[in-house]
Formats: sequence, structure tokens, C-alpha cells
Amino acid sequence: MSQHGFRRWLSRYRYYGRSHEIRDPVRELFLFRKRLWLTGLAMLLMFGVLLGRSFYLQVVAHQQYQTQAENNRIAIVPVGPSRGTISDRNGVVLAQSFSAYTLELTPSRTGDLETTLAQLGELIEITPRDLRRFRRAMEESRNFNSLPLRTKLSDEEVAQFAAHKYRFPGVDIRARLYRQYPFGETVSHVLGYIGRINERDIEKLTKSGGLLNYKGTDHIGKTGIELSYEKNLHGIVGFEEVEVDALGRAVRSLTRVPPIPGDHLQLTIDLRLQNLAEQALGDSNGAVVAIDPNNGEVLAMASTPGYDPNLFVEGIDFANWERLNTSPDKPLLNRPLRGAYPPGSTIKPLLALGALISGKRTADYAFNDPGYFELPSGTGTLHRFRDDKVGGHGYVDMAKSIVQSCDTYYYILASETDIDDTARFMSQFGFGQKTGIDLEGEAIGVLASRAWKRERFSGPRYREEHRRWYLGDSISAGIGQGYNNFTPLQLAYATATLANDGVSYRPHLVKRIIDGSTGQTKDVLPEETRRLDLKPAHLAVIKKAMIDVNREGTASRIFKGAPYTSAGKTGTSQVFSLRGERYIESQVKRHLRDHAWFIAYAPAEKPIIAVAVLVENGGFGSRAAAPIARALFDYYLTGARPAVTPKPDENDVDWEE
Amino acid sequence: MQIRDTLFVVWLRFTRHVDGPLMAIVLLLLAVGAVVLFSAVLPDTGRFIQQMKSIGIALVVMWVVANIPPHRLAQIALPLYLIGVLLLIAVALFGVTVNNSQRWLAIGGFRFQPSELLKLAVPLLLAWYFQKVEARINFGNFLIAMLLIALPAWLIKRQPDLGTALLVSASGFFVLYLARLPWKTMFLMVVTAVPLIWLFAHGYQKQRVLAFLDPGADPLRSGYHTLQASIAIGSGGLTGKGWMQGTQAHLDFLPERHTDFIFAVYSEEFGLVGNIVLLMLYVALLLRSLMIASHASSLFGRLLAGAITLMLFTYAAVNMGMVSGILPVVGVPLPFISFGGTAMLSLFICIGILMSIQTHRKLVST
Repeated sequence: MSQHGFRRWLSRYRYYGRSHEIRDPVRELFLFRKRLWLTGLAMLLMFGVLLGRSFYLQVVAHQQYQTQAENNRIAIVPVGPSRGTISDRNGVVLAQSFSAYTLELTPSRTGDLETTLAQLGELIEITPRDLRRFRRAMEESRNFNSLPLRTKLSDEEVAQFAAHKYRFPGVDIRARLYRQYPFGETVSHVLGYIGRINERDIEKLTKSGGLLNYKGTDHIGKTGIELSYEKNLHGIVGFEEVEVDALGRAVRSLTRVPPIPGDHLQLTIDLRLQNLAEQALGDSNGAVVAIDPNNGEVLAMASTPGYDPNLFVEGIDFANWERLNTSPDKPLLNRPLRGAYPPGSTIKPLLALGALISGKRTADYAFNDPGYFELPSGTGTLHRFRDDKVGGHGYVDMAKSIVQSCDTYYYILASETDIDDTARFMSQFGFGQKTGIDLEGEAIGVLASRAWKRERFSGPRYREEHRRWYLGDSISAGIGQGYNNFTPLQLAYATATLANDGVSYRPHLVKRIIDGSTGQTKDVLPEETRRLDLKPAHLAVIKKAMIDVNREGTASRIFKGAPYTSAGKTGTSQVFSLRGERYIESQVKRHLRDHAWFIAYAPAEKPIIAVAVLVENGGFGSRAAAPIARALFDYYLTGARPAVTPKPDENDVDWEE
Repeated sequence: MQIRDTLFVVWLRFTRHVDGPLMAIVLLLLAVGAVVLFSAVLPDTGRFIQQMKSIGIALVVMWVVANIPPHRLAQIALPLYLIGVLLLIAVALFGVTVNNSQRWLAIGGFRFQPSELLKLAVPLLLAWYFQKVEARINFGNFLIAMLLIALPAWLIKRQPDLGTALLVSASGFFVLYLARLPWKTMFLMVVTAVPLIWLFAHGYQKQRVLAFLDPGADPLRSGYHTLQASIAIGSGGLTGKGWMQGTQAHLDFLPERHTDFIFAVYSEEFGLVGNIVLLMLYVALLLRSLMIASHASSLFGRLLAGAITLMLFTYAAVNMGMVSGILPVVGVPLPFISFGGTAMLSLFICIGILMSIQTHRKLVST
């Protein structure tokens, strides 16, 4: 574009066409001021808009922003209640909660995790075990959870860390509640244990609508009393309104709705009796249940071997779990509650009572025992059911059949009694059903009847001949063998019912519930479950015979010199069918040996304790099981102290790997 | 008696070039600023002391500038501009790179950002230039002026520092406007500038604009600042939560609370009532400045004072607009309130220039 062309282009703008003219200063000033004050107007307009915005935010929408600011500022932190204490009937603490300082780490909020761990390690002792535990917890949880790294810090360690806290974002010291079972394996099956809340627990809590109450809780009852009385023991969650900063750190507490601590439970268990039972069982696998027949209070409920519930609280490690779970001795099994065994001869007194009531036998009826009973079998030959005494017991009446435990008497009785009648009678004593004890997971065992067998062998795998009831089945059942399987608890309950002349109470383990906050106590009242219409004359025959068992019969050696009268019945139940061979204990592998049973109550005139003792593979009931009952009675009735008194374990919460 | 008279004369000489109304308004703004800054820097009161020192130095500088007559200021316009541009070139060649942008010159351990200088040098130069050609301003002069703006703006833009480039451009543009650039041309400039700016803008800058358009969509990232600032202002309500009682500020929800977002702290703690007071102080400041511009005796004075007024307005309005969520987030401090020594110094040089223009009027016009 030429110089000339550029000027012509410029001249198109009229104003600039006159650009060579000298401008009028007054007009110039006027035009300047016009523009200047125009901007002034624009400024005022903008400030008006800003004011309007301010008005909108601070007046019109104030409430909304106020709420948002409060939501920013205030976090509601649940405060878990302190779990109730469990004690024995005399107040000895069996499970307690305590608060301890824990060093906790939120992985998402720390910088480099490894560096943080290393630096923390210089400040506070962190063992490789702590680290392993922490890493495992990290794998199981999400990053924004606060995870325990070291527990039970000393006051010095807390102070030490507090001084250096600024160096460790995402690391905090928190007071956490721990559960401790001071007696370790003692009473372990009754107490059960608590463990970390897992997915399944959350699901259950969601269904029951109780999840909110667990907002501040890490643990929940998993088995035993801890499970059954979870509602009482747990308490009610509290809440704390905390002011937090933008990083979510609590700055100060605003309001606090304190949690309501869980109820304390006083058990019916007598720790010394319990301990005595466990020690008496010793290395054997077995079960002891002792019940007060007058109210159903369970005085002792032992199961051996036991386990240390402390191992489970913070999550059991693999090695221990493997050991407990795969041991052939099944230490995790609560034998009295869930173990079902053939009752053996222990049911003879009840079968005799049934015969008296039905009129199948009188007390005086007697026969000459050849030492066996023969039953024609399908092939035309005779099947011989042996008595354990070769050559027989001689002339046997009802009393003698109990005192000497004569099998032949009951073979014959069974051959003459319909199994369904027997089952109906036995069910009155609680067999084949739950006793209703306040523990979850109670087994019902087997009370055999025609209907039961049909049901049991239903399905395409079985044929009609499997489902039919044979007379031979009845004969076996007649001496407590065959299909019948009862739990030690059921036997103790039946014994208590018999001891109390047919009046039974629901067995229970909790004697008293003490409100966690008010301290008000609520006694658990005896709950009558049955009142059997038994003739005193019939009862007298049976009870007299049972007294004689301990006086001159199968258990007489054991109860020699006892300063009280007791009544009992031994039992030996076969684990393994010898098919006609003679049973020689020493020649049979241990786990195939007979189970030893003993049921008893005392004092015979006015019973206050009824027991069922089972020693798995213990051989004869009189030898293995009866001494345990004797020891319990001696202690309970005369106060004879057991040789060793239980002591709390010094190592409270166990953090063993 | 004589001593009192002497003192009086000294006082008169001392305050001869200090504009009373402007000084009063600025002191009130400083008072508000000190109050809110004390709360905003908590718990680091050291920063408060630092700011008070900066203000002290800035006041002295202001007094010195106020005593320089405008024609002397006009004389240094061209050298200042040339130095500024040379420094910008130096930055491009030897500058220190921080956060991927080359903005600083390091001279003996002291870091210096020449682009700040241009915010003042550009309007100064243009005012001087238009005064020089006052009698016959034509479109060619405007084109030259635009080039004078574009050169430093481009140098700053390529650092890259789009924000400062825009502010420098704006300061020059205000002079063009006041020198009566035709409306049509102005409109064309704006229409072409907007897409250009968008083209030059960085991803994060575009993000901010988008976040501004919908702050709730992305509350934890780009829009977070704006949202938290709105919550702070809104929750302040009519009379505020009280001095040092702002929860948004003191629990760290507000970002940059003692610098760019200090208005949110103020609004939260003093509410709508406080905002009205602050807006009124700014309006008073601007009105006084406009008056000075309007009454200035030379075209240089008029253009410079007017451009300074518009710059002050821009800073205040953009900052408050950004904090209250009606403008996108740009890093502009709130005049006289935000923490920062350099900004305070620049502001007081501007105030000094305004005072100089106002108080040297009679001397020049005679």
C-alpha cells in the first residue's frame, strides 16, 4: 500500500481526516471528562453488581452457605461404648475391657509410608511383628482407615511421640478399647470371644438395623456368651461433634453425647468349680456340665481341650488358627453344647422309670441273666447282644439292673417296648431338642424314632430297607447305643430334671445383668420348662437305685467315704463296633476307645448339683468319668478346695503372631 | 510561639504535596486491611509485622513520588519504558525459570520481576506520548501506541505470564480509551482480543474459566477455591462471624486466605455490613481519583490519573468479583488489603503520582 493510499484509507475516518487541524482544548477537555465520568458510571455499576452479589450470598442464600460452612467445620465422630465385664457367680472377672493408647496410622494421609514407618521406628519401638500385623491390616482395609501400628504405649512413649507429632501427618495416638480374658483357656468355650467386625457381621447388623450402633466399635461377639449377650455387653454408641479443619484434623470438641456402656454380666459359673472340672478332665478330651437342679443355673460347663480367647480379639494369626482348626482334638468345639455322643448306660435309670410308668416292668420283676440276649435275625440265625459281664449278673431286678448296669435287662425291655413310645418318654427329659440354654449353636443330637429314621435316610441314596425301623435298632437303643446321640448338656439337664423330681428349669449361664451406667441389677429368674407328673413311688425306686450305684454299685469305689449321699449312673458308650469280639481296651486305638460317661446328683436327699461328665475315649465310665463328679461334689458340697486354684494369666492381651 | 510557627511551616511544607482526602481514604483502607490481615495471617503474626513494615516503606515512597512534579515524571516515562523492555528481553535471555515460566531476573541474590514495572511504565509512556502529540492526535498515533503496548505485552506473554500481559495491556488500553480511541476501533479490539486470549490461555487458565461457569461440578479441584470462598462469604451473613471467628478461614478451608482470597476472610468475619463499608471506601477512593484526573492541568496528568484510577478499579473489582464467584479466578491482589510488599509499593507509587498531579496543578497552570 502506497503512502498516498494509506492516507486515503485513514481519511475515511472523518474525525481523523481533520487530524492536521489544531484541536479545540476546551472541547477536548469536555470530551475527556465525558469519557472519564462514563467510566465512573461503569465503576459504580460494577460495584453495584458486587454489592448485589454480596447481598445474594450473605442474605438471600445465607442459610444454605451457613449450613455448608457448618458441614465443613463439624464432623460427627462416633464414640464406641465400653463393653461390659463378664464375671463368675462370685464376682471374679472373666472378661474385661480396658482402654490403652495405640499408635495409629492412616496410610492415605502420611507421605511416603516406608519413610514414615522407618522414622517412627526410631522414635518408638516397633517390632517386626507389629509391622507384619500392620501390613496385614492394611491389606484388609482401605487406605483412609486409621490402622493400629503399636498398641499399649507407655506414658513415656505417648509423651515422646506427642513432641514429634508435627513430623508425622496421618499418625495419631488414640485410646482404644481392648478385651482381655484374664484366665485364658479357662471357661473359654462359655465366654467365647470377640473379634474384629467383618463383612458378614456388617451384613447381619445391616439386616437387623443395628449398624448405626456399631459406628464406633471395632469388635463384636463371635461365639459364646460374647455372642449370645452381644446386645447387653455392647452398650449404645455415643457421638462427639468435633470441629475439624480442611485436612480433617479434629481441632476441638463441641458437644458430646456420651456412649452408654454395656451391661456387666454375672455368670452362674463358679470359676473354682469350673477350673476343677477342667483340671480333672486334664489332657483328655471331654466335657463336664454341672447344673443346679433347683433353678437351672449352670455351675460349670467345661470342654477340653480349651483355647485362649485372647488370640482371637485382634485377629488370630495363621499358625495358631491352623493349629486350633485342624487339631484332631477339636479345641474349638464346645463339647457340652455341640458334641453329641451315644449316651450309653447313663439312660438306663430313665428307661427303667419309663418302664415303671408304662407298666412294662414292676420294680420287683426279676430274671436270670445269662449274659446275653439273642434276637432272631433275618437269615434265620440268632444275633447275640452281649452283656459286658461274661456269664451274666445272675438274678437281676430293676434296682440291680441300674446298680450293676445290666445290659441284658434292657435288651429285653427294649425288645418289648415300641421305640416311638421310648422316644416320646425320653423327649420329656429334653432329649432330641434344645435345652434352651443362653448360648447360641446348641446341638439337638438324635432321639431316634421311626419317623426320625425315615427322615434321616430319606433321599435317593437310600432304599426302603434303610429307612425301616428294625427290632435290632431298638435293642441297641435300649442300652444307649445305636442311633441316639445326646449332648452332655442334655444329659446334665435330664439328670437335673430327675434329681428335682421331674421339675426342670431352663439351663442358663447368666445369673445377673448389671446395667452398665446405672448399676441397677436384674436377676435372671429361674424359668420352669417342665413339670412332669411322676409318681413318687416310681421316682423312689430309680433314685434309690442310683444312690446304690455310688454306694455299692459300679461307682462305689469312687464315692467311698464321701460325707454326703449322692446318686449316679455310669455309662460307657461304644465308638467302634467290635462285631462280636471282646473289647480289650489296651488293644484298641485311643480314638476308637469307648467314651466314659457319668451322671450324678447330690446330695441325694435334696439335690443342689447335678452333673454329666463325659471323657472321650476314656474307657469305663466308672474309672474315667466318675472321679471327676466326685471331685466336683466334694468341692461344691463340703468346700474341699481343689489342689490348684486358677490364677489369671499375667500376659493379658496376647499379640503373639 | 516562634517554634510553633516554625513547626507549622514545616508541617505545611511536608504535607504540601499530600492530598488530604486521598490520604484519609487510603489510611482508612489501610486500617481495614490491617484488621483483616491480622486475622488472616493467624497464627503467623510475623507476616503482619512484615506487612506493616512494607506499608511504612511504601508511604515514604509515596511521599517522595508525590513531591516529584508531573513534568518530571513525564521526563522519565520513555527511559523507564525502555529500561523495562530491555529488562524483559534480558529475562527472555537470562531469566530464572520457576514453575516452567521465565519471569525473574536474579541480580546478586535478589530476584526481580520486570513485568511488574511495565504495569506503570506503559501508561506513563503512553500518557507522555499523547501529551507530546496532543495537538494533532490521529489514528497513526493510536497505531504507534498500540505497538508500544504490544511489545512488552508480547514479551511478558511468552514468559509465559498471560495474566500480567493482560494487566499491562489493560493499563495501556485505558490510556488509549481516555485519549479517545474511537468506539468502533475499541469494539473491534475487544472482539479480536477475546478469542486470541482464549487461544493463548493455558489449560489451567481455561479450566478456571470453565470452573467459574460451573463451580459445583468439580468441587475439589478448579472450582474448590471459588466454592469455599462463596461458602465463607455466604456464611458470614449480615454482620459476620466476628473478628478472628471465621471458621472457613481459620480451619484452612479458604485457600490463599491472606493474599488473593483475603476478601473472603473479611466478608466472613464482617458480613454484608463490612462489605458495604469496604465498597464505600473503594468508591470514595475512585471518585477522588477521577476528580483528580478530571481536574488535572495537562493531558499527561489527565491520562495518567485516569489510567491509574481505572487500574485501581480493575484490581479491586476483579479481585472481589473473583472471590465472590462472579469472575474467573485470576491472581490479582485486593488493593491495600492483601498481603504483599511489591503490590503495596506499586499501589503507593500510583497514589503518589495521583497526589503529585493534584498538588502540582496550580504550580504548572500559572
